[in-house]
Amino acid sequence: MLLKRLSEAYGVSGDEGEVRDILSEELVGHGELRTDTIGNLFVHKNTGRQPRVMLAAHMDEVGLIVVGHEKSGLLRVHKVGSIDDRVLVSKPVVVGKNRVPGVIGAKPIHLQKPEERKKAINIENLFVDLGARSQDEAEKLAKIGDYVAFKAGTREIGENCLVGKAFDNRAGCAILAEVLKEDYALDLTGVFTVQEEIGLRGSGVAAYSVYPDFALVIETTSASDVPGTKEAGHVTKLGAGPALTLMDSSFIAPQQVVDLLVQTAEKHAIPYQFRRLTTAATDAGKISQTHAGILTAVVSVPCRYIHSPASILSLSDWQNTLRLVRAILNSIAEGGLPVCGNY
Amino acid sequence: MEVKRFLRDICQAPGISGYEHHVAQVVKAAFCRYANEVRQDRLGNVVFYKKGAGEDGQRPRLLLAAHMDEIGLMVTKIEEGGFPRFAAVGGIDPRTIVAQEVILYGRETLAGVIGVKPPHLTDEEERGKGHKIEDLYLDLALPEEQVRKLVTPGDLAVIRREALQLAGGAMSAKALDDRAGIAVLLCCLDELERLHHAADIYAVATVQEEVGVRGAAVATYGVVPDVGIAVDVTHGEMPGVPEHDTSAIGKGPVITLGPNIHPKISAELIRLAKEYRLPYQLDTAPGVTGTDARAIQVTRGGIPTGLVSVPLRYMHTSVELAETEDIKLAGRLLALFIAALDTAYVEGLTCF
Amino acid sequence: MRELLKKLSEAYGPSGREQQMGQLISDEVRPYVDEVFTDAMGNLYAVKRGRGAKVMVAAHMDEIGIIITYIEEKGFLRFSNIGGVSPYVLLGQKVVFGNGTVGTVGMEKLEDIKKLAFDKMYLDIGAANREEAAAKVRIGDIATYLQELTFNGNRAIGKAMDNRAGCAVLLQTIKELGQTENEVYAVFTAQEEVGLRGSRTSSYRLNPDLGLAVDVTLVGDTPEPAVAMDVYLGKGPAVKIKDASVICHPRLKELLLDLAGKENIPCQLEVLLTGGTDAGAIHLTKEGIPSGVISIPCRYVHTPGEMVDLTDMENAVRLLNAFLSMPLKMQEIFPCYLT
Repeated sequence: MLLKRLSEAYGVSGDEGEVRDILSEELVGHGELRTDTIGNLFVHKNTGRQPRVMLAAHMDEVGLIVVGHEKSGLLRVHKVGSIDDRVLVSKPVVVGKNRVPGVIGAKPIHLQKPEERKKAINIENLFVDLGARSQDEAEKLAKIGDYVAFKAGTREIGENCLVGKAFDNRAGCAILAEVLKEDYALDLTGVFTVQEEIGLRGSGVAAYSVYPDFALVIETTSASDVPGTKEAGHVTKLGAGPALTLMDSSFIAPQQVVDLLVQTAEKHAIPYQFRRLTTAATDAGKISQTHAGILTAVVSVPCRYIHSPASILSLSDWQNTLRLVRAILNSIAEGGLPVCGNY
Repeated sequence: MEVKRFLRDICQAPGISGYEHHVAQVVKAAFCRYANEVRQDRLGNVVFYKKGAGEDGQRPRLLLAAHMDEIGLMVTKIEEGGFPRFAAVGGIDPRTIVAQEVILYGRETLAGVIGVKPPHLTDEEERGKGHKIEDLYLDLALPEEQVRKLVTPGDLAVIRREALQLAGGAMSAKALDDRAGIAVLLCCLDELERLHHAADIYAVATVQEEVGVRGAAVATYGVVPDVGIAVDVTHGEMPGVPEHDTSAIGKGPVITLGPNIHPKISAELIRLAKEYRLPYQLDTAPGVTGTDARAIQVTRGGIPTGLVSVPLRYMHTSVELAETEDIKLAGRLLALFIAALDTAYVEGLTCF
Repeated sequence: MRELLKKLSEAYGPSGREQQMGQLISDEVRPYVDEVFTDAMGNLYAVKRGRGAKVMVAAHMDEIGIIITYIEEKGFLRFSNIGGVSPYVLLGQKVVFGNGTVGTVGMEKLEDIKKLAFDKMYLDIGAANREEAAAKVRIGDIATYLQELTFNGNRAIGKAMDNRAGCAVLLQTIKELGQTENEVYAVFTAQEEVGLRGSRTSSYRLNPDLGLAVDVTLVGDTPEPAVAMDVYLGKGPAVKIKDASVICHPRLKELLLDLAGKENIPCQLEVLLTGGTDAGAIHLTKEGIPSGVISIPCRYVHTPGEMVDLTDMENAVRLLNAFLSMPLKMQEIFPCYLT
């Protein structure tokens, strides 16, 4: 299953090669493929038709990077992308191109004072342990600048759900890959962007070279329908269908674009919900602000515990998001783009 | 080409972000002999173009960027009694500017002091608190009407600091961030006089880096390079800061790794340093770097970017400290990189 | 100016939903310009063609607001902010949606008022339950402060002076602008309050020779102001030196100051520590565009009781007019040194 393969592949922001290779292999023959100098992967189909549409899904995941070696053989690391320090402790990881296995350990409870136990363990006190017994040995196994990713293992769980790492945003990449294998009556460029997690770095330059008439970002977003959060703060609910973005910290969806998404979902009886968080940025922020402005929308697969190695998504949400993206493309191919701003 | 003398002069030249004209003159005077063409864009970036020896179509376009602006102070209002209040332009720790002399560029150039209460008039609690910029002011030792005649909101001031020669090749001055980088560019251009390079070089003294890498963004948009390398300073080791977050002074230039840097550019710099036995150090940036490299990488359709840095202690204070040998070595490393640059290498930058 | 300001201030136009404002301004400006057009972001462009320098003058037409994120079973609405909305200022205020629905902002029980945040607040439109509420508003609808503009001598008090005062100044300038060689683009931008978004794309599209923004700025003449600013209500428009988003081009700043001196227009100098304006986006467009800002002093920014002085606005019109009327020879103003 492509989603499983993608989520188990390693691709921390700045080191997306493995994911890019899987996608290139998967999509060869489905369009013109090219890579740019920051690492974005473009798949272009039906050059010359109208309108010109760009689909974007980011390939990178949050992780860590090696910044130093301790005399004891432990590795010092810094975070790449936004990770709550508290999810790092007690996790297996892989380091560098050779995927050297390691663990992020912590002081055992027996050796901690009671006040210590109440506080979060922050990154200054977390190390990656490769089992090396000396700095020399550690330096042979891992170099400064090597990327560190959570160890993978995507599995089925519960009722039609998956648990694994990096569903943000391999879930989006898998949807984009499926769509690119199909045919739509418009000029379509699918871009698997890089470095979204560290500041939407790949999407802006991708949008600059494509300059489409319309862009749809396929993302993954928080589902917080869990104990400790009131319903109004759920952001999205697992199982309630793809989440439509009204606004995030980088982007406000034009009313006509929201209407297009809602009408399309309702016409095809696809369940949908609104993403109830207005913070956190997405590739849409950079894309919509490129050139003289690009009409953009965002749809997301709801996912619990994003930015941690144990995220949960619902396969029916994933399917429905895929159905929605297909329906939107067909709707645009038939009826054109929503008209905005006419005085 | 005397690096120490150049640094002494250029660190003295005032050039706070947005108002770089004086330091731009010093840069132009030093650089123009190495350039075929010089132009200044609308925000004040100065671009020195040096043609490469390659055939037409075989001359990769290389951008080098070092920022000429420095952090400083801007008068916001004149307090009763003739004491100008000020704000920081760029990131300044207010605790490092107290009890310092300043040079204020008003209608005339004036001397001033950022004074502090003597210890006799403070209590222990007060002395334990760091000064806040809103509480500081300049003392020009002039009556209020004189001050109001000579000083207006918007006037700029720098800490008065002459460059100091310390042990070995170490030098301490204000604005080594990033005049040291400008010196690196100069050393590089000087080295290139003795090397063959196919690539066209655009050496840019950028503006307004300290307030958001603004100059580099527009300069890169105008040059449209195939490769861009920023030259800046990076934190030098000192007690109280984790070793893995700093670099040693005097152990060579720092090559940065991480997502802001194209892996093949950092790899090539490392390869050249090893091949030519140049001392070098490595540094990792887990996200965007705090340098012009951050703007260069995402200009237009994306530019493969590198970053070479000079280790510097006490960054953003008036006693910044660096080793001149590190500066020369950085210049040499860049010159070797440029000399090796060809179209085949550039084409390889879309393969990872 | 009074009627224009009243019309603009009371109109509805939060970031991202500026259509009503755009329509209003378009109707006002159309008779005075050669062309009016718009774009996908909702920016409104009004151009007076000319063969000289291309000048873009931006005034953002959007205002801050709150966006509905959830409708509770009992008909109460949950929301988040659009732009810099203070929860303390919002408390107990009347707000209005694009369709005219009005509501009051309430808060849940809170032990420590210092912890007030949007997730402890809600909007009450008087609906008995979810269905009744959903008949009037949808998730994604945006509400703004509801406020009438009132005058006190030369002082105007109302909501959204930021930046309807700027829009009024720009509109009035265009109406009074005589013959000029310069090509003038008056751009009423969208989404400034959420990150200078409209000006970013519009200046990319136009790529003008010069950029100016007209916006409000803070003042330092109220009791114990939070920040010591040397700007005062009634002392004239301010020529901005710097804010957090832009260091105004020194040559452009000098030009404006010289002009004010020559035309006897009272003006002030402004250094703003936090906050940005459209010039922040304009000046970094493409290869860089020399940009400046003419600011209108304003008290109580981002509250429904924003206060401006009409004489400051009238003087801003005079200054902007004088600037746009003068022949702007780019090579003279911005010589590019060559060896």
